[in-house]
Order: sequence, then structure tokens, then C-alpha cells
Amino acid sequence: MFKYAIQRTLYMFMVLLIITCMCFVLIRMLPPETLPPGDPHTAVVLARREAQGYNKPYMVQFGIFLKDIFTKFDWGISDKLFFGQNVVKIFTERLPASMIVNFYSIIASIPIGIGLGIFAALKKNTWIDYMISTLTMVVISVPSFVYAFVIQYVFSYKLQLLPFLMKSGTDWFSWDMFVSILAPIMSLSFGVIAGFTRTTRAELTEVLTSEFMLLARTKGLTKAQATIRHAMRNCFVVVVPAIFGEFIGILGGSLIIERIFAIPGVGGLTLNAINARDYPIFMLTTVFYTAIGLAGGLVVDISYGFIDPRIRMGSKK
Amino acid sequence: MMNNNFEHIPQEQFRFVQMDERLHDKKLETKSRSFLQDALLRFSKNKSSVIAAWILLFLVLFSLISPLVSPYTLNDRDKLFVNFPSYVPEVAKLGWGIMDGSTVHGSQNENSVNFWKGIALETGLDPVISVENTYTTLVKYRGKMVERYTYDLKVNRYFEKGAVYWTLNYQQFEDLQKWQNETGIQVVLPWVEYSSIHDIRDNANLWYECDDKGAAILDKSGNFVPVYSSRKEIEGAPYDSLRIAGDDGSYIYSFSVSGAVRVRVCYYNFYQYLNGREPSYIFGTTSRGQDLFSAIGIGARFSLIFAVIVSAINLSIGAVYGAIQGYYGGMVDMILDRISDILSGVPMVVVVTLFQLHLAQKAGVLGSFLFAFVLTGWIGMAALTRKQFYRFKSQEFVMAARTLGASDARLMFKHIFPNAIGTIITSIALVIPGVIRSETTLTYLGIVNLESYVGATVGTLLSDGNAAVTTAPHTLLWPSLFLGLLMISFNLFGNGLRDAFNPSTRGAED
Repeated sequence: MFKYAIQRTLYMFMVLLIITCMCFVLIRMLPPETLPPGDPHTAVVLARREAQGYNKPYMVQFGIFLKDIFTKFDWGISDKLFFGQNVVKIFTERLPASMIVNFYSIIASIPIGIGLGIFAALKKNTWIDYMISTLTMVVISVPSFVYAFVIQYVFSYKLQLLPFLMKSGTDWFSWDMFVSILAPIMSLSFGVIAGFTRTTRAELTEVLTSEFMLLARTKGLTKAQATIRHAMRNCFVVVVPAIFGEFIGILGGSLIIERIFAIPGVGGLTLNAINARDYPIFMLTTVFYTAIGLAGGLVVDISYGFIDPRIRMGSKK
Repeated sequence: MMNNNFEHIPQEQFRFVQMDERLHDKKLETKSRSFLQDALLRFSKNKSSVIAAWILLFLVLFSLISPLVSPYTLNDRDKLFVNFPSYVPEVAKLGWGIMDGSTVHGSQNENSVNFWKGIALETGLDPVISVENTYTTLVKYRGKMVERYTYDLKVNRYFEKGAVYWTLNYQQFEDLQKWQNETGIQVVLPWVEYSSIHDIRDNANLWYECDDKGAAILDKSGNFVPVYSSRKEIEGAPYDSLRIAGDDGSYIYSFSVSGAVRVRVCYYNFYQYLNGREPSYIFGTTSRGQDLFSAIGIGARFSLIFAVIVSAINLSIGAVYGAIQGYYGGMVDMILDRISDILSGVPMVVVVTLFQLHLAQKAGVLGSFLFAFVLTGWIGMAALTRKQFYRFKSQEFVMAARTLGASDARLMFKHIFPNAIGTIITSIALVIPGVIRSETTLTYLGIVNLESYVGATVGTLLSDGNAAVTTAPHTLLWPSLFLGLLMISFNLFGNGLRDAFNPSTRGAED
């Protein structure tokens, strides 16, 4: 098992390195920003570009880039959006806002989603099941920003219960902050809840019809006992990795939800960096999003292995 | 003694059982059903999918027909009817409370009521449709308790615009007068000097005695006191056309500015003069003054066509790639799998941005957008095909074909691929909504600007609408509703199709 985890992790880092290299070269191939002549900063920027090897071959530049990261964790200096500031510092300032919104939305979604899924599976082929399944399908189809619009209109404008935008400041755990991020939390949660419901329902219906459930009932367990002790455990083999995968995703934030509710998060930073052509920031967010995506897959794979020994040992699917 | 020697039976010992009759299987008594018919039968049993299919058909037809039906194109941008609610004069006259261009203005005082009354009196178009609520409050005024009223009024925004200032050249002014004579619609209103309305220059709706805030000062019997100008020396051009009621022929209808005339026009009627018809916007107008009805249609048409093209390209690439992976297996599979692993690891936003930065100048914005979708889009399809190939490649019919000398390509695409085609085709119905969703997200975020190629995309409509969520909710409602319905019906339809074509995998999510 340990070997499998190590293998997968190393492989993930390989992929990450290759993607980083590709994106790095593509970004460096773009003509660098022309600097205003005579500006006192120009000389500094030029010196920094020289140090980063702008006139050397791309692979040498990439080497310098990697060396800076591994020795000093230096991802460069923002040259447009936050002129002269360290990219990592800007980035880490944005991280909590994204994380907190996503964290709340997942924490809220897990019990609701799994609860609905179990309920639907237990009432299989009744109208309750059909209703939950169809609703899940409908909710999953609609993009999260449509919910955001509805919530913004109904709760913020018509009922005036919630503020339109996220409150500024860094008091992440205050009550005011919580109220101000309720709207984005709700908009994100719909999709996540539906996702959990669908996974749980599909898995549990399958487990409930399996033979060991029949055996459990025959040996005298009540339906509730059998469901909780046998069916749920097996159903969680699939559900728990999905939860872990979602948790990795909370770091990333949602580009569109952050834009709608003015959340000062990573998504907003990425968008601003793209619009302002701030390449150092863009490079960092690119690596960040890639790493999150890969780590999500990795965590799902490895947690499958931990929970279900049958999948272990790197066996081919 | 039994003859056990079966090795060399002489030929003449064989004889035919029968020669007279052709033997064949008993003919089926019921009508046979083809695979497609079978699938269709299964599909039609799934009620939600059938409904979804009809809705989908309706939405597709809507996107095709609405730009044709609408009298407006995207280039018809009205400067003043911006973000206005839905209004169709024919329906509005029926008084059903729909499509009447109305907005409810909450807690309005007497001054605003008078303002609208002034517009109604002068232009003949009453903006106030109905009084929703009346509130009475007691206010202390000069030592006495006085009742003050505030109202919630339902107001027609198109009429509410009332009069506006407009600058015309002499020719245009004459044409306008000619048009007025022909149609009998009063467009030009008598001029009011700024000096008589306390030098308020940005409000053309003041034609009466008012205070310096623009609030009407009524005479003793509660009527407006007109302050129209009759100074002939400031008149811009001769006027010989319709005159408003109460004009004894002395009012002037234009104001002289250098080389042109400045007039007060009733904008609703002026709009009829400019466009030859009354404003009629089924869904209202966008933030750019376009017709939302046709804008959604054009945006949606683009989304659908784009998604279909992307899916078709991805299907072709993915099918070939997955076929090679699945058929050859082993080392080839591993290397190709690593390549697709790497490509699928790059986030979509990054791909689109990099393509925009690198290719937009050479291949155009639209081209590079398409490339970005194709770069990673085929991976899912390849995985699907690969799985199907692993399932079928070791079966007997493949071995038989190989024994008969079929080439690899023939085996792949003639023998194995047709078995996988059902799965692949049905998965397209689930890929298309995904493409539409990402396309909408990216245009919403403004990462890609397709405005100059398409005119309007659902994403930009949503983004504009979100900026005006409080003032013009309809600009957000219709695009969201369209997108939501499209997504739901596409997914339900796709699920139904998949269950119908692959009954064995019913309910499984993959």
C-alpha cells in the first residue's frame, strides 16, 4: 500500500513538473512587457529580468525558475498588478477567502447530500426516490452561477437578508463575515449536495441488493442494523474518497462565484492577472490550479486503496 | 460385425436427405424490431427524458427562429431604451399586466406623481399604469399635523422617458415635420427656455412652473402652469406642423444652436419616427439597448453550434486515439495514456488563456477558442473508446476476422468500433451541455471576448445582466432561465438516450 502511494505521488509530481515546464515556456515565449524609458523602476526590472535569464534559452530560464523556487521559494515579483510585490505574498493573502467559502459549503453539503442519498436509496422506486433523483439531476445540470443570481436577487435584493458582496476585512470567523458569505456558500452548495446525493444513492442501491445484505438479514439483524453495519460501510468506500477529492478542491475556489460576490480569493486574483497580463502571478496560479487538480485525483486514488484493499497494489482496472 | 471404419467412406455411399425443398428457419410471426426501434421504444418509456427532448427541441427552435422573428438586429442599439423591461404595445393595451414595460417605483411622493402627470398631459402617454399601494403618514408641518401620502406606483418605463432634448439639422427637422403631418403623431414639443425652469438643463420634461428642484408649482385649482416660450427671435427654424392643444400659434418648437436646431421631442413618438414602429421588445432590452429576445437567440445559436462542432471534433480525435490505445494496449497504451494524463492535468482556464495570448492574432479569437476546447476535450471520449476496445478486442469475432487476414485498421474500425458506437454517440448528448457550460463561464468571465464575432453570447448577456440585477432583473432572468433549461433538458435527454441505447448500464454513472 505504502509503495503504491509513493508511486502515485511521484507520478503526480512528474506530471506537474511537465505541465509547469510547458506553461512556463509558453508564457515566457510571450513578449515581455515594454518598460517606460526613463522610469526609475525600469533599471530594476531589467536587472531582475537579466537575473531570471530572459535572454537565455528557455530551458535555462526554467532551470533558474525551479532553482529559485526550491532554494528560496521565490516565484517572482509581480510586474503589473501589484508592482514590485512578491507573488507568493499576494497569493497567500488571497488564499483564506477562497478556502473559507468552500470549506463552509462542503461542510454544509456533506450531511445533507449523504442524508438525501441514503433516504432515496432506502425508498428506492418510490415517488420519493424518483423525486430526489430527478431533482438531483436537475440541480446538477444548472451551473452554479445561475443559483448565485437567484440567491442574489431573492435574498439580497428582494428580502434584503444578505449583503450583495462579501464583506472586506480579514476577520474570517466573525458573525458578520459568516452572514456576508452565506450567499456564495449557498450557491456553491447546491451542486455539491446534488453530487453527494447522486453518488451515495447509486452506491447504496447497489450495495443494498447484494447477497451479503440478504445474509445479514437472514442471521437476524433488523433492516436498520444491517443497513448501518453492512451497507453503509461498503457504500462509503466510494463516498469517502469523493469527499476527500472535494476537500482538495476547496483551495481552488470558484472563478465565477468569486467574481459575482466580490470574494477577494484566488479565483479573482487569477482573473485579474489574466486581464492585466501579469505573467508571474499567472504562472503561480497556473501551477497552483494544476497541482490542486492532480492532488484531488491522487487523494481519491490513494484513499480508495486505503479503504478498499481490493483496489490496492496498483492493480490495473 | 459393425463397420467401424469411418476414415475412408466411398463417395457413392453418401446420399441426400432431400433435394426438393429449400430449408429455412420458421418465419417469425411477430414483426421484428430493429435496434434503433428498440432503443426508441425504451426512450419513449422514460417520461422525463421525453419531456426534456421536447423542451430541448423548443429551445433549439427558439434560438434559430427568434433572431428571424424579431424586427431588431443586434446593430439596432437604442441609446435611451437601455435595460428596459419587456414591452409589446399590442399586449400592453390589453391591460393584463404583462409585457407592459412596467417597473414598480416604491414610496414616491406627490412631486414625482406630479412629474409623471406632467408627462402624461404633455405627451398624451400616461406612464402611470396603476397605484399599487398608498401609505399615509402624519408629518408635523408648521406646527400642525398634516397627512402626507406616499405611493408605490407601477410605471411604464417607455412612457416615463417622456420628452428629451435632441439636436437635428435643418433637413432632419423638416423631414420630421413632414412625417408628423403625414401620421398625425406629435413628436416635437414646444420649446421651454432654461431660464423659466430654474436653469435645469438635464430634464426635458419640465414645461411648467416649478421650483429649483424641478417640483411642479400648481395654481390654485391644482393645474400646471405652462411656461412654453414664444420668443420668435430664439426659434431655430420655421415650424409648420402639428401644434399641441392650447397653443394659439405663438409657441416656438425649436431652439437655435449653431448650424442646427435643438428640439424637445417626445421620445416614444420620436422612436416611431426613427424606426418606423413602436418599440416592441418581448424580453425587454439589454444594457446596450439591443433586443434581448434576439440577443439570447443569437447567443444560444452560437453556443449550440459551437458545442456541436467541438463535440464532433473531439469525438473524431478521441475515437481514433482511444481505438489505438485500446487495440494495441501494452506499451503504446501506456505512453498515450501518459500524454493524455498530462494534457488533462492542465486547467481549462489556463489552456484558454494561453491559446488566446498566443494564437488570437494568427487564428482569430474564435479559432483559438475552438482549439483550446479541442486540446483537452477529446480525452474523455478517448477513455470511453479505450474501455470499449478492451471489452471487445479479445472476443471471438475479432479473432475470426484476424484469422481471415483482416488488417489492424480494418479490425479496429470495421469490427470493433461499431460495437462501441452506441456508447460513444450517446455520450455526445452529455458532452454538449458540458461544452456549453464552460463556454458560457469563460465568456461570462471575460477571458474570451467573442463580441465582435458573434454579437452576443449568453455569457456576456449574463455578465451585463448581473451588473444590473437590482434595476433590471429581466436582463438576468431570461438568459439564466434559458441556460438553466437548456442544461437540464440536455442532461435529462442525454441520460435517457444512454439508458435507451445501453440498457445494461442503466442507472450507472460513468
